[in-house]
Amino acid sequence: MTETEFLLWVRGPAFQIATAIFVVGIIVRILEILILGRKPNLAEARGSAVAGGFRTIITRTWPDSGTFKRSGFTLIAGYVFHTGLFVTILLFAPHILVIDEVLGIGWPALPTPVVDATAVITIIALVVVLLHRIKDPVLRFLSRFQDYFVWFLTILPVITGYVAFHRIGLPPPTLIAIHILSVELLMIAFPFTKLAHAFTLFISRWYNGAIAGYRGVNS
Amino acid sequence: MKNDQTLGEILRQQGISRRGFLKFCVATASLLALPPGMVPAIAAALEKARRPSVIWLSFQECTGCTESLTRSDAASIEDLIFNTISLDYHHTLQAASGTGAEDARESAMKENWGKYVLVVDGSIPTGNPGYSTIAGISNVEMLMEAAAGAAAIVAVGSCASFGGIPHASPNPTGAVSVTDLISDKPIVNVPGCPPIPVVIAGVLTHFLTFGIPELDELHRPLAFYGKSIHDRCYRRPFYDKGLFAESFDDEGAKKGWCLYKLGCKGPTTYNACATTKWNQGTSFPIQSGHPCLGCSQPDFWDAGGFYHALSIPTEDTARTVLYGAATGVAAGLALGGLNRARKAHAARKHEKVTINDLEKGG
Amino acid sequence: MARTTLAEFAIEVGDAGTHNVQPLLHEIRHALAQLLEQGKETVIDLRSIPLAPGEEAAIEQALGEGEVRATLSALGPSDFRETSYPGVWVVTHYNRDDQIVGKFVEVTSAPALLRSQTEDIAAGLQRLEARLTQDGGGRVV
Ligand code: SF4
Repeated sequence: MTETEFLLWVRGPAFQIATAIFVVGIIVRILEILILGRKPNLAEARGSAVAGGFRTIITRTWPDSGTFKRSGFTLIAGYVFHTGLFVTILLFAPHILVIDEVLGIGWPALPTPVVDATAVITIIALVVVLLHRIKDPVLRFLSRFQDYFVWFLTILPVITGYVAFHRIGLPPPTLIAIHILSVELLMIAFPFTKLAHAFTLFISRWYNGAIAGYRGVNS
Repeated sequence: MKNDQTLGEILRQQGISRRGFLKFCVATASLLALPPGMVPAIAAALEKARRPSVIWLSFQECTGCTESLTRSDAASIEDLIFNTISLDYHHTLQAASGTGAEDARESAMKENWGKYVLVVDGSIPTGNPGYSTIAGISNVEMLMEAAAGAAAIVAVGSCASFGGIPHASPNPTGAVSVTDLISDKPIVNVPGCPPIPVVIAGVLTHFLTFGIPELDELHRPLAFYGKSIHDRCYRRPFYDKGLFAESFDDEGAKKGWCLYKLGCKGPTTYNACATTKWNQGTSFPIQSGHPCLGCSQPDFWDAGGFYHALSIPTEDTARTVLYGAATGVAAGLALGGLNRARKAHAARKHEKVTINDLEKGG
Repeated sequence: MARTTLAEFAIEVGDAGTHNVQPLLHEIRHALAQLLEQGKETVIDLRSIPLAPGEEAAIEQALGEGEVRATLSALGPSDFRETSYPGVWVVTHYNRDDQIVGKFVEVTSAPALLRSQTEDIAAGLQRLEARLTQDGGGRVV
């Protein structure tokens, strides 16, 4: 397979397959959670479940001071790489073009040098997070293969993207193809691993908040 | 002109002075992207080079490659090169036709067997042999016969190099490139739709002076195809800054910003357009405001729309998302229903537990 | 809607350019120092450097106009121009249709092609001798 054939394959059939698995997988998983539902709470409501749900979705975005004191490092590194991923994935011009093509919605991009710098910061933050996971005895004990695997799948597109943009090492078409392929791997694994938290996160927060809200408790 | 004359002799006969010859060598070095310090070596090699016999075969092509070449002007360096080769067969350019032309080809092949340069433009159909014939001979047959006696083959244009437009999906004629059919001869691919004329001339000059040029894995001469358009594009600083033209007539387009969003294939295209340029170095597509189509790359016709950015998938992904979503909803509902049923079933099986049961169990 | 004229679509180069002009001038400075100290000549092929439209002119403008300007006529004209920096020449070769076939910056005391070439001198000598014998008696006309 020549480099052009490789590039055409990842931009064509491979992207179709990855998209199909990603979309079907995510929707199935979300529907499964929603349809399973929760037991009806027969107690009298002391507050609004809906309001509680939404409040928690928002309030949990900021850590309370206790959590921050206990694991400030994890929090900061976590915020940095999540923000970094957001910026590099959603605010880089070529990526927005893909979203616009597929979903028909677009938005302005950040200047490329900003995204470039963000990519470097994101890579550093992800490496730091991994080192922390390995060094901290509790975290290491709790980590399973999937945690490392998912970390690898996440950092891979950032690194390949950085290398492809700067055209380092291999012929550029191959670099771009490798980058797209790494994203496709991520898309395929997404619904079936912890990565799905990007979608399920708000559902669980809502449930937590709703339960508390129903009881008239602020969570 | 006899074929055993050297190039130096031919030029002298045409009344060209040493200065003229050296100027020609300087331009040739520039053409071959060789450092100016190589001029004496080029002069020495050209001086001694013999006039090769060239047989030019045209298969499934549009004659654009020949047009490109002949549009390079009459008194140009390219023309000098073509005056010094012996173009023994080219069915578009030669005066003879019919049997006379085919006789010329056969006698040129016989006389120079093992020594002539075979130039091919156009792809070769492998489906029905009747799809493309010359004098009743199928393209495959003519190519194989001519290739057998060639010292080297130059595939001119994207069709001969990679299959080109005839090869585009669904490829009704089963079109293939020269390299798909022949592997036992040195083959130089000069892709482009059409290739830059001076590049065609440059390859032939290189062949005359220093033999087969250095090639990449797709048989392209590195001197011309070693760098991508993007890496030599003067609009690159705008790409790096993220300043893109969004349409053909917006502010960015007028200011000469990067054409990536308008579908520029420069980042994945190898050619000399950005430095050698076209029409005696006047301009090239990007300079005149149009994105690079990637015409010198394999399968350029199938590499997504010309005006679709490189990052955009080549197939209809919106449809996949839609169908995927529909499938997902259906499967999700079915699985959800199944899960609920399981849950209900499990709940039904629950029984009252008394303190006695627990004591028994404990 | 007002008709858009062609001129309105003139593409500007923008302010970025390729950033190749300054480095090139530095390269010329370096070559000039080498010429002075070691007598080493340098030729820079302007067509091998990616330049934005107008940058070639910018380089020529920066180099300015010097004392010598010579034209050669062999396979079309060639233009040799010493710039305002002695030792730096801009050499442009044209074909017979006045199209540029090469453009170089030569850092030398005199471009090699300006000198008469040994082969041409020999040929000229032959011609002159032939003429003199034809005229017989060496009477110079
Ligand atoms: S116009 Fe094309 S080749 Fe030039 S910088 Fe932009 S994407 Fe690259």
